[in-house]
Amino acid sequence: MRIELEALLAIFGMAVVTYATRAGGLWLMGRVTLSKRVETWLQYIPGSVLVAIVAPGIFSGGPLALIAAIVTVLVAARTGSLPLAMLIGVSALLLLRFLTGGI
Amino acid sequence: MKKIDAPTEIIAAEEAPQVSFNRAGLLEGARLSIPIALGVIGYGLVFGVLARQAGLSLLEVFLMSSLVYAGSSQFAVLSLWVLPLPIVPIIFTTLIVNLRHLLMGAALRPWFSQLRTLPRYTSMFFMADESWALTMSRFAKGGRNGAFLLGSGLLMFVAWVGSTSVGRVLGSFVQDPERWGLDFAFTAAITALLVGMWRGKSDLLPWLVAAMVAIAAAQWLPGKWYILLGGLAGSLAGVVRNAD
Repeated sequence: MRIELEALLAIFGMAVVTYATRAGGLWLMGRVTLSKRVETWLQYIPGSVLVAIVAPGIFSGGPLALIAAIVTVLVAARTGSLPLAMLIGVSALLLLRFLTGGI
Repeated sequence: MKKIDAPTEIIAAEEAPQVSFNRAGLLEGARLSIPIALGVIGYGLVFGVLARQAGLSLLEVFLMSSLVYAGSSQFAVLSLWVLPLPIVPIIFTTLIVNLRHLLMGAALRPWFSQLRTLPRYTSMFFMADESWALTMSRFAKGGRNGAFLLGSGLLMFVAWVGSTSVGRVLGSFVQDPERWGLDFAFTAAITALLVGMWRGKSDLLPWLVAAMVAIAAAQWLPGKWYILLGGLAGSLAGVVRNAD
């Protein structure tokens, strides 16, 4: 069991802002009203951020990573299971690497 | 202290009279959340294994899951978890990903504004996406027990903290992550997470914009700016798309 001070700080900060968003909706929204536009914006943020996190990796990973990502999407859409989709996506990438003689 | 509601809230108050908060609601919330909690365990195991690859200790995983308790933001910061930790970007990314909670909390207002402060703000800590959705549908069907959210959230909380910790331990047995394709596992996990977040064609343009801006930013800018820039560009594209 170990913990770094900087990790503790990061986790604590994450906890504070996350609780602020949870309590804030109830607390703040009774006092101010969000415009439809801001509301729409908030709804699009999580998906866009997660897309932004993975897109460069898939792009720089070349065609094999792209195919494996598509396999992951298909399995996730079909089964709705994240662990299964991940397992099959990773297996697909390993298989593709093996078949093409890459690492 | 009786707070007088603003006129705009009268309609909401009429829709939602007499919200209680007791054990029956707590148990009902937990019971109806069992199937979803099983799914959460799967996510949690995956998170634990990936957190191990990112270098988080068991204690750090336990603390993060129990104090932050917000899956998609926890997945998101793993991509930033490189020593020395970029603490401000980590916290900021968490904030951005979790801003959606504001809308969720606002939607609960008609009912939860009637609860006393302690149960009200304790419940909000446990407001996970799935628990929120269940609570909203329960209330829509006439449920009036505010403890439903807490019951659901507590069960999910135990499932999340437990499974992420177990996943972290299991991750220790994975030697040589590259060999097992675990360098791709993170990408695969987020990709699968995204499939679950897909709400239909209206997401296509924002997500394409997010992807293209992120790819361009990753090429030309140092560090992890691409996450923020892609996320902002994509979400703003969503606003523009819905403008008319």
